[in-house]
Amino acid sequence: MAADAAPPIAVRGIGKRYGSVVALDDVDLDIRGGEFVTLLGPSGSGKTTLLMVIAGFIRPGHGSLTFGGAEMVRVPPHRRNLGMVFQNHALFPHMDVAGNVGFPLRLRGVKGREAAARIAQALDLVRLGGFGARRIGELSGGQRQRVAIARAIVFAPRILLMDEPLSALDKQLREQMQIELRRLHGMLGMTTVCVTHDQREALTMSDRIAVIERGRIAQVDPPQRLYEHPATRFVASFIGESAFLRVTKQDGFWSLAGRRLHLAAPADLSGPCLLMLRPERLRILAASDAAEVNVLEGIVEDVVYQGESVLVQVALAEGSRVGVRAGSASGAMAAIPPRGAPVRLALDRADTVLLADDGGAS
Amino acid sequence: MSGRAAAAANRAALLRDARRERMRLFGLGTPALLLVIVLMVIPVGWLFWLSALADDGSLSAVNYLRLVALPSYRRILLATFEISAAATVLCVALGYPLAYTLSLLPERLANLCLLGVLMPFWTSILVRTYAWLVLLQRHGLVNEWGMRLGLWQRPLELVHDVTGTLIGLVHIMLPFLVLPAYGSMRAVDRECLRAAASLGAAPMQAFWRVFLPLSLPGVLAGALMVFILCLGSFVTPAMLGGGKVIMVANAIATDVQIFYNWGAASALGAVLLVLTGAILWAAARLAGSERLFGGHGG
Repeated sequence: MAADAAPPIAVRGIGKRYGSVVALDDVDLDIRGGEFVTLLGPSGSGKTTLLMVIAGFIRPGHGSLTFGGAEMVRVPPHRRNLGMVFQNHALFPHMDVAGNVGFPLRLRGVKGREAAARIAQALDLVRLGGFGARRIGELSGGQRQRVAIARAIVFAPRILLMDEPLSALDKQLREQMQIELRRLHGMLGMTTVCVTHDQREALTMSDRIAVIERGRIAQVDPPQRLYEHPATRFVASFIGESAFLRVTKQDGFWSLAGRRLHLAAPADLSGPCLLMLRPERLRILAASDAAEVNVLEGIVEDVVYQGESVLVQVALAEGSRVGVRAGSASGAMAAIPPRGAPVRLALDRADTVLLADDGGAS
Repeated sequence: MSGRAAAAANRAALLRDARRERMRLFGLGTPALLLVIVLMVIPVGWLFWLSALADDGSLSAVNYLRLVALPSYRRILLATFEISAAATVLCVALGYPLAYTLSLLPERLANLCLLGVLMPFWTSILVRTYAWLVLLQRHGLVNEWGMRLGLWQRPLELVHDVTGTLIGLVHIMLPFLVLPAYGSMRAVDRECLRAAASLGAAPMQAFWRVFLPLSLPGVLAGALMVFILCLGSFVTPAMLGGGKVIMVANAIATDVQIFYNWGAASALGAVLLVLTGAILWAAARLAGSERLFGGHGG
């Protein structure tokens, strides 16, 4: 079932308008063969529209779409030979599990023993071996999701598209399925495009993530790069928790409220900038002061116990509010000052990220 | 009061509440139950009783034996089923594309069109049947225009026979097919059609393999309704059949009005009722009753 030579997907200048609303604004995106790319963005950002253009269900206003170099923009969906997993599964209620999974095989003239073997193989892959005779109505949400995936991969498509594939599942099952989808992608290696609004899902599954904002691609990068070095404030605030402090350049040095900042990379930005603060990258500082460290002073507003970690809300001296995540190991817990107490926070030089102040709301 | 004593007291009280609730529900159902008994069970029972009485008032099977013995009755029964089946087939052939088109329209426009489908119900069957008589007769509107446009040379026999009866029946029955068919087509998840396309189904394949099977429950329910309503039709064959089309209901009327033979009429009615029941039962067995009467089995 391994997809032989999964083709790259090239999106060039694809645009789509609905009346005066621009859903896709001249999108360019290159997806390598066999890559797992997630389109991530808030609802209405155009991520689903882009997926539907790739699937062939939405006709773009202009632009080009190629699979492995072959122009696809005018090819109808049933001739694009791609597997697709839909948000609400879209299983056929009048067929049993084997009927659903065998549907693309029947259309391709695969019959009898070979069809049965491939159906069984696909069901085994999604760990639903022996479920062939079940009716769709008898399956749980997670099982339906697996059937939908089996149906999308049984005919060995070279490209797999997924539209919010896990959104109908509860949290625990969703996390389990994320790992499962990663495993499947590793085994089958088809070029995969997945749409989600869940940043954690995107970080877990993808080779690269394309963050989409108002019909444009804001940034395409591997998960770690995206998380640690967001290109814009939108990307930074959409992925992970973050607070932003306005910093200014004085005499060629960046400083925060008069205190000089130790930056990892000299930011070649001018004008006021934003310092991104991730809760888990801040530390509550003990008495001693390391040299290459940025220190923020404030007062503990609240301490929220969240199981695997503790979130400490701190009101900074100059008025902003930041969250600090501390481990919930007993030693770390003991170091957290009580509510109302003054606290000093450290941000390591390596963890500093400076962003252009694009004027978004804080 | 200790917890244990309270639990015992609650147990009795809860049982009492449950019983009271059941009684109240039963009370709500009583008027409907009485209505069914008075309007359905008693008359039907009486019908069967009458059909089992000979002319001299003694119990006998003579009325049923006559149905079997006389070829005319067999012909009437056969004609009734043939005409009803033909009308049903025509209704499906005309109604399915109509319901399909409606199901593709935006909901508001579709509702407006459905109003058009239902509009004929605002006029009585009698008036509509007369209208067909006027339209279809030898020198009616249809023949006049057909000849004027050169479509045919001599007036067509459109009425006073089976053709007229079928035209009238199909016209009257069409909404009964379109409404349930439309309902089940609207309920088809359009995402399933997209899924079919993404899996390689050309539009026609997606229609035959996915849309048609999913829309079938409503179409079957509608077709069954049309068929059963046709079996009992009286006005249309009487007026548009020109005396050449005699269906069971017409034969019953003749038996009662001309021959004053209540026994024979009752026997015909009983046979029609039993056959209709048998068809319903067979259809339910064939299609699965929840698909036919209860919407979606998936």
